Amino acid sequence: MILDGKCPTGPIEKTWDKHRFDLKLVNPANKRKYKVIVVGTGLAGGAAAASLGELGYNVEAFCYQDSPRRAHSIAAQGGINAAKAYPNDGDSIYRLFYDTVKGGDFRAREADVWRLAQVSNNIIDQCVAQGVPFARDYAGYLDNRSFGGAQVSRTFYARGQTGQQLLLGAYSALSRQIKEKTVKMFPRTEMLDLVVIDGVAKGITVRDLITGEIRVHMADAVCLATGGYVNVFYLSTNAMGCSVTAIWKAYKKGAFLANPCYTQIHPTCIPQVGDHQSKLTLMSESLRNDGRCWAPKKKEDSQKYPGDIPEEDRDYYLERKYPSFGNLAPRDIASRAAKEQCDDGRGVGPGGRGVYLDFQTAINRVGEHTIKERYGNLFEMYEKITAEDAYKRPMRIYPAPHYSMGGLWVDYNLMSNIPGLFVLGEANFSVHGANRLGASALMQGLADGYFVIPYTISGYLASIKAGDYSADHPECKKSIDDVKANINKMFSIEGKKTVSEIYRALGRVMWENVGMARSKESLEEALKEIPKFREEFWNDVNVTGEGGDFNQQLENAGRVADFLEFAELMTRDALIREESCGGHFRIEHQMPDGEAKRDDENFCHVTAWEYKGVGNAPEQHREPLKFENVHLAVRSYK
Amino acid sequence: MSEQNGMNLTLYVWRQKGPNATGKLESYQAHNVSPDESFLEMLDEVNEDLIKKGIEPIAFDHDCREGICGMCSQVINGVPHGGQDRTTVCQLHMRSFKDGDSIYIEPWRAKAFPIVKDLVVDRAALDKIIQSGGYVSCHTGGVPDGNAIPIPKKAADYAMDAAECIGCGACVAGCPNSTAMLFTGAKVSQLAALPQGKAEAAQRVREMLKTLEECGFGNCSNHYECQAACPKGINVKFIAKLNREYMKSIFIK
Repeated sequence: MILDGKCPTGPIEKTWDKHRFDLKLVNPANKRKYKVIVVGTGLAGGAAAASLGELGYNVEAFCYQDSPRRAHSIAAQGGINAAKAYPNDGDSIYRLFYDTVKGGDFRAREADVWRLAQVSNNIIDQCVAQGVPFARDYAGYLDNRSFGGAQVSRTFYARGQTGQQLLLGAYSALSRQIKEKTVKMFPRTEMLDLVVIDGVAKGITVRDLITGEIRVHMADAVCLATGGYVNVFYLSTNAMGCSVTAIWKAYKKGAFLANPCYTQIHPTCIPQVGDHQSKLTLMSESLRNDGRCWAPKKKEDSQKYPGDIPEEDRDYYLERKYPSFGNLAPRDIASRAAKEQCDDGRGVGPGGRGVYLDFQTAINRVGEHTIKERYGNLFEMYEKITAEDAYKRPMRIYPAPHYSMGGLWVDYNLMSNIPGLFVLGEANFSVHGANRLGASALMQGLADGYFVIPYTISGYLASIKAGDYSADHPECKKSIDDVKANINKMFSIEGKKTVSEIYRALGRVMWENVGMARSKESLEEALKEIPKFREEFWNDVNVTGEGGDFNQQLENAGRVADFLEFAELMTRDALIREESCGGHFRIEHQMPDGEAKRDDENFCHVTAWEYKGVGNAPEQHREPLKFENVHLAVRSYK
Repeated sequence: MSEQNGMNLTLYVWRQKGPNATGKLESYQAHNVSPDESFLEMLDEVNEDLIKKGIEPIAFDHDCREGICGMCSQVINGVPHGGQDRTTVCQLHMRSFKDGDSIYIEPWRAKAFPIVKDLVVDRAALDKIIQSGGYVSCHTGGVPDGNAIPIPKKAADYAMDAAECIGCGACVAGCPNSTAMLFTGAKVSQLAALPQGKAEAAQRVREMLKTLEECGFGNCSNHYECQAACPKGINVKFIAKLNREYMKSIFIK
C-alpha cells in the first residue's frame, strides 16, 4: 500500500497556517464531552495533556513513574533549538527547516519539519512565560549556544539541565490542570494494550503497578507519547523503564510502525566499564562547543596517560575530516568517526572503546571558571561515574544508543493509520528522518504537545460522536482477558533464567549486529539469534512474585517480551533498507571515504510495517518522500 | 577487575510487603562487588542472587540512573542517598565502600510518604503541593516574546539554583520534623524571583504551605539536614525566602 501523509500542498511557508484554518473546531461547550487519553507525561505527553485539559477536553493522563515529573525527557541536558535568530547570525525558520531536513539525511517529511521550525519560536515564549529559568546574558536577554549540524547559535539552555527545566514547565502546566480537574492523573500505571473497536482507537488497557489491577479506560481519542525504543540494545542512555511496549501493543492492534531501523547512537557517552553495567550515561553534545575530540595517532599510545601524548601525536579527527563543522559535526557522523578510531586500534581506556574529549584548549582560552560555569554539572557527573577529573585530563567518551527516529507512522495530523490513535514526540517517526540533530528532541516533544495536537485533534473529534462506546463492549473484555492471559503465561513458566539475563543477551546481539555498523551478514545473524532468545524467554524465564502486587520483575518481563518481538522487526527493516542514511549505516553502502551512501532512487521513502499476526511476516507499506524545497543532495559537513 | 578482587558486603535491607504490613531488616550478602558499580547495580546483582535462591527480590524505585529523575530514594546507613555530597543513590558508586562493610538500607520515612513495598514509598504528597500553586497560570499560546521582559542574570541564576530540585524527597527523609519546606521553598523562590511568577506569588505561597500542612509534613526548626541530604545541594536560604514570601503574603488580600 502507498501511504498518504495528507500533507498540505502549496508554498511550504503557508502550509501550517492554511491547514490550521482548514481544520474543524469543536465548540467550547462540547469539548468537555470528549474524553482524551494521553499515555506518557514527558515533554510531548505532559504538554499535550496540559494543553488539551486547558482547552476543556476531559483528559486522563498515564505514566509508569510515581510522578509525571519523572519522565525521561528530564534527562536531556544540552538545550532546545528555536529559530529566534536573537544572535543576529543568519538564522531563520527556513534555515532551521533546512538544517533539520538535511541533518535527517533527507528521510523526513518536509511539511512536518517546516511546521516544527515554525512553532519552535512559540515554544521558547511559552517556556519563558511558565518560569523556565533559561540562561541569560548580563542585559537580561536569552543566551544561545551551538549544537551539532548547525552553523548558527540557536540552542536555548538552562545550564546542563534543559530537559529537566522544560519538563518541569510542562509538569507545572499539567499540575495546574489536575487542580482544575480537567486532567485526571494516573501515575504508576502502565498501558498494556490498545482497545480498538470497529477499526477505531477507543481506549487502553492498563495495569495499576501498585495493586496489579488490570482495567480498561475508554476515550474518544488516544494519544501515545511514550518515547523511544533504544533500550532494545539493553545498554543505552534511556531510563530503565523506557520501553517499546505501548507502541508495540498499538502495532499489534494494527498501527503501522515506520522506519524502526533508524536509531541514534550518540557520540559522547561515558564508555562502558564492566558487565554489571545497567545503563550508559550521556555527556551533553553542548560539550562539543568547547571540547575537542581526539584519539592517539599511534596505536602504542592508546594506553598512555593522555597528558603524556604530545600535540603532534594526537589526531583531532573531526577537525581533520570535517573542517567546516569540526567538532560540531552531526551525531551520526561523529559517532561513526569515533568508532573508526577505535576499530583502528587507537581507542583509549578499558577495552580500547573510547576517544578523548579534551577541554584544555578551551580552558586555556576562557579559563577554568568559565568552563565550570558552562558545564559544571556535567563534569561533576563524569567524575562521580569515572572518578576522573575532566578539568585535569580529557574525558573518555564512546557512542551509545540514545534516541529512536523511527516510531509509529502518523499523518500530518499526528494520527496513525488507526483513526483516533495519535502519536506524539519520540514515539512517532515524523520529523527527524534518519538522524536527529542535537537539541531537536525537546523542540519536537513540546511542538507536538503544545502547538500541534491541540489543533489537529479537534479536526478528528469534530467528526465523531463523543462517548459512543462503553467499557462493557466485548473488545474491552477481550483486551483485559488477553493482558491477564499474557501475565499468567509469564508466571507459569517458572524457568531458570532471570529476565535480565535474557535481556542482556538480546542487547549484546542487537548492539553487535544491528548497532552502529550493519551488514547483510550481521543482520541475518541477528535474525537467527533473536528467535532463540524469545524461545528461551517463553520456555525458561523465571518471573517471581504475584500479579496482584507491586512487582517490578513482572513489569520488566513484559517490557522485555515486547523487545524480543520488536528486535526482529527492527532488524528486518535494517536488512531491507539497502542504503546508508543518517544513523542507519550499512557497510555495503558507503562512499570511498567511508561516508554514508544514500540511494535516493530506490529508498527515498518511509517504510511502514503492518502486523499480520503471530508467525506471519509483517507487510511492508511505503510512503514516498518528496523534496520540493530542500533539494536532495549528498550531505556534506566538510 | 579480576573475578576475586571485588568487595564482599553485608546488607541489612528493609523488607515490607505492603503499606500496612509489619516490616523488618533482613540481612543479605553482596559478593564480589566492583568499585565501578553504582549502588543500584550492586542491588541489581543482589536481586539476581535472591531470584536464583527463590527469594522475592528487593523492590526499590529507580529510573534514569543518572541523578536527575528523582525516582531513587533510599536511606543508606541512616543518611538519605548515602551521604556523599550532592549525589543521588543511583550516582553513588561502590568505590565509596570497602570490603567487609555492613550497609543498612531503608526507605524514606515520613508520615506523608506511606511505604508501598520494601524501599518504595508513595510521594504523591509532593505532587499535591505543586498542584496547589507551584506554577505560573499562563495559557498555552498567547504569551509575549521570550525576550520581551528582560530578566536580570542574577535573578535568572537564582531561579535556576532553586529550580534544580529533582523532587526526590530526600529533604523530607533527612528532616527530624519530616518537613517539605526546602522542596516547597525552592519552587516558591524560583517563581517569586521571576517577573512571570510575581503576580501570583502571595496566593501561591499561602496555598502551597496550606497543602504542605494538610499532607502531614512537619515544620522547619532549622536543623539544615535537608540541605545536607539534598542531592542537588539546594540551599536552605530558600526556606528563609519561603518564610519571607509567606510574611509578605499576609498583607496581601
